[in-house]
Amino acid sequence: MFRFIFGRLAVLIPTFLGVSLIAFSFIRLLPGDPVMLMSGERVMSPERHAELMHQLGLDRPMYIQYFDYLAGLLTGDFGSSIVTKRPVLDDFLQLFPATIELSLCAIILAVVLGIPAGVLAAVKRGTWLDQSIMGVALVGYSMPIFWWGLLLIIFFSGYLGWTPVSGRISLMYFFPQVTGFMLIDSLISGQAGAFKSAVTYLILPTIVLATIPLAVIARQTRSAMLEVLGEDYVRTARAKGLSPFRVIGVHALRNAMIPVITTIGLQVGVLLAGAILTETIFSWPGIGKWMVDSVFKRDYAVVQGGLMLIAAVIMIVNLVVDLLYGWVNPRIRH
Amino acid sequence: MKKLTTLLAATALASLMGTAAWSKTFVYCSEASPEGFDPGLYTGGQTFDAAAHTVYNRLVEFKRGTTEIEPALAESWDISADGKEYTFKLRKGVKFQTTEYFTPSRELNADDVIFSFERQYKEDNAWNKYVPGASWEYFSGMGLPDVIDKIEKIDDLTVKITLKRPEAPLLANLGMPFISIVSKEYADKLQADGKMELMNQQPLGTGPFTFVAYQPDAAIRYKANPDYWGGKQAIDDLVFAITTDAAVRAQKLKAGECHLMSYPNAADVAELKADPNLNISEQAGLNVAYLAYNTLVAPFDKVEVRKALNMAVNKQAIVDAVFQGAATVAKNPIPPTMWSYNDAVEDDKYDPEAAKKMLEDAGVSGLKMKIWAMPVARPYMLNARRAAELMQADLAKIGVEVEIVSYEWAEYLKLSSDKDRDGAVMLGWTGDNGDPDNFLDTLLGCDAVGGNNRAQWCDKEFDDLMTKAKETADVAERTKLYEEAQVIFKREAPWNTIDHSLAVVPMSKKVSGFVQSPLGDFVFEGVDIAE
Repeated sequence: MFRFIFGRLAVLIPTFLGVSLIAFSFIRLLPGDPVMLMSGERVMSPERHAELMHQLGLDRPMYIQYFDYLAGLLTGDFGSSIVTKRPVLDDFLQLFPATIELSLCAIILAVVLGIPAGVLAAVKRGTWLDQSIMGVALVGYSMPIFWWGLLLIIFFSGYLGWTPVSGRISLMYFFPQVTGFMLIDSLISGQAGAFKSAVTYLILPTIVLATIPLAVIARQTRSAMLEVLGEDYVRTARAKGLSPFRVIGVHALRNAMIPVITTIGLQVGVLLAGAILTETIFSWPGIGKWMVDSVFKRDYAVVQGGLMLIAAVIMIVNLVVDLLYGWVNPRIRH
Repeated sequence: MKKLTTLLAATALASLMGTAAWSKTFVYCSEASPEGFDPGLYTGGQTFDAAAHTVYNRLVEFKRGTTEIEPALAESWDISADGKEYTFKLRKGVKFQTTEYFTPSRELNADDVIFSFERQYKEDNAWNKYVPGASWEYFSGMGLPDVIDKIEKIDDLTVKITLKRPEAPLLANLGMPFISIVSKEYADKLQADGKMELMNQQPLGTGPFTFVAYQPDAAIRYKANPDYWGGKQAIDDLVFAITTDAAVRAQKLKAGECHLMSYPNAADVAELKADPNLNISEQAGLNVAYLAYNTLVAPFDKVEVRKALNMAVNKQAIVDAVFQGAATVAKNPIPPTMWSYNDAVEDDKYDPEAAKKMLEDAGVSGLKMKIWAMPVARPYMLNARRAAELMQADLAKIGVEVEIVSYEWAEYLKLSSDKDRDGAVMLGWTGDNGDPDNFLDTLLGCDAVGGNNRAQWCDKEFDDLMTKAKETADVAERTKLYEEAQVIFKREAPWNTIDHSLAVVPMSKKVSGFVQSPLGDFVFEGVDIAE
């Protein structure tokens, strides 16, 4: 097991270097620079432009900038935003809990609904139930998040008035950020109604963000289940006279879970990508929105630092999934 | 254990700070997060709304709803006969805000004013580089380092600014957000504590609202400043709910989650107007969209060619298609709300037949040209591509073949300044300070060729008027000079002036006292809400 973990960790180093290089060069490949965008329609003289580029250290050769950035990363210094002048790590730490909270809720919703839906579709294979579940999943998978989010807002918040439009909690509640997780902080605050408010604000963004992973998990569960249900040991279990619930829930599902867990792990990347749009629609103060704004402003420090941090999170989650996989299926370890 | 203590402390703090009771709170759905809270460092309108118009004041300010200068922290001022010395008498008894992070021990005085200026241009000032990459972009962009010779304290409540040359737009510049007056006492304290960066995170000024907290990308909270020299505000709390998507802002306003919103989508305006709970305030924006020919390149160096092209374009059709009526056709380079606007100027009449003939008379046939269309929506031009297509169709009718080109925004801004640029550029401008100089000289002066002057147009007669107007303090006299300049502009036609857009501000019917600013600022001093 130790060797297995060590092997996985060793792979992280080249991945980390690769990501740092991509993060660094990607934003620089876009035309324009942060100084030019700062001044907008007002033209800056070439001298002034050069002076500001120099001040920000952007006039140095690329490789020096890269090694500088790499050296910073190794010492935990992610630089400061060119626009807001605040340290990138501070902003990330402040905004990241919001993204995690939303992503966790979304993945829980996706798993809780996706796995039973997939199992049901597999068990009732070929029936109208199977076809409708898979049809809905296909629609969900192909849904443009932006349009879907706005549609839900217009219907549930605008027309029915059931849910709030956007934000994390009603503005009438105001308390200091302790954990950064609104559900927890609202409980700690002791303010009546704060927790309920936080929950109502979570509903729509959670649904929107969960849509694609839910569809993927449902489809994956269905195909994994179909494969397992045809196995001999399932037939044996049935022949032993076990209840259908036990056959499916214990014998089949546990084995079908292996590819599903991998899929859930891979959804982390999908969630973070989906968070970019979901957060923008719902004014959710997380890292997705923060990154998009920074790309538009060519805030090099935020984009490269933020990408690095996000990549680190994804790498860690994937590592954990790998380990979990090894635990569920001992054959992997060898 | 330590965690538990933190939790308990936080809970206690929450019960102290937390006001679950909904006091009279005004919620504004704003379009973007502020870049920071020190207005001197930034150029974004959302930053000025969040910092300059709430927390801070300036020596002089724009009278609400106008671009006229009125006294603010300076009660009065004298300008010397040669126009080079400005002596400001400060208001007595102005208190800085008392906040959780700082309690001032003295009132506003000349030291604060001098500090507020000097930190923005004196490189030996410890605050000149207090955050990485501090560039004081507006201060230098408005050319103040070249204009200001020195700034001195005459006595505690008198400050004298001496200029290197007469500069009539100076007062208008001093009303702009970037030159907000900060507290030197607070700055000294931060410096002594080694926490200078807090100046940009925990602002402290003399304005109507006191900063309470900023939750990045979510909300900014203020409370009414009880010591405000202009009197305490009718509302208790002010909240900016940051909502970047315009369609979502509109939904929030309709759902009653905010009282007022900025920048609705043109497509949403009709629906907002139809809502019985909302009022819509509309005002001609202080902006212009234009198509600038490159007057250095043949055949666009000929006035007749430029005129003919102007006459071939149906501008009303563009305004109707792009703005659905929320704009007016422009004939002058400055908007009609600006003083010195010359209404007597006649626009080039839309007349394709005459245009065609004019082009033939100028000896131009089979003309092929490029029109540059911006890749982004700007307040003065919501859809440049659509506008360019309409122009393309119009110009085809007089035998001119148009190719529409576009570049990524930053690239567009850069390449369009180039003197050798091929083609006519669509662009625009939003006024900074309501002074005609800010449009006419900035965009059409000889000094701006290769820069803001996208027509690369340098006309001696026009430029002399600009210089003269800058040196004249008398507004009536300056008005005459600018009116004359607009006549020359129309005669020479370096641009086709396209439109001035309307600024639309939807708000709840409960809101009273909000006055739309022609400068596009959102100022909440004086607003109230019905319970």
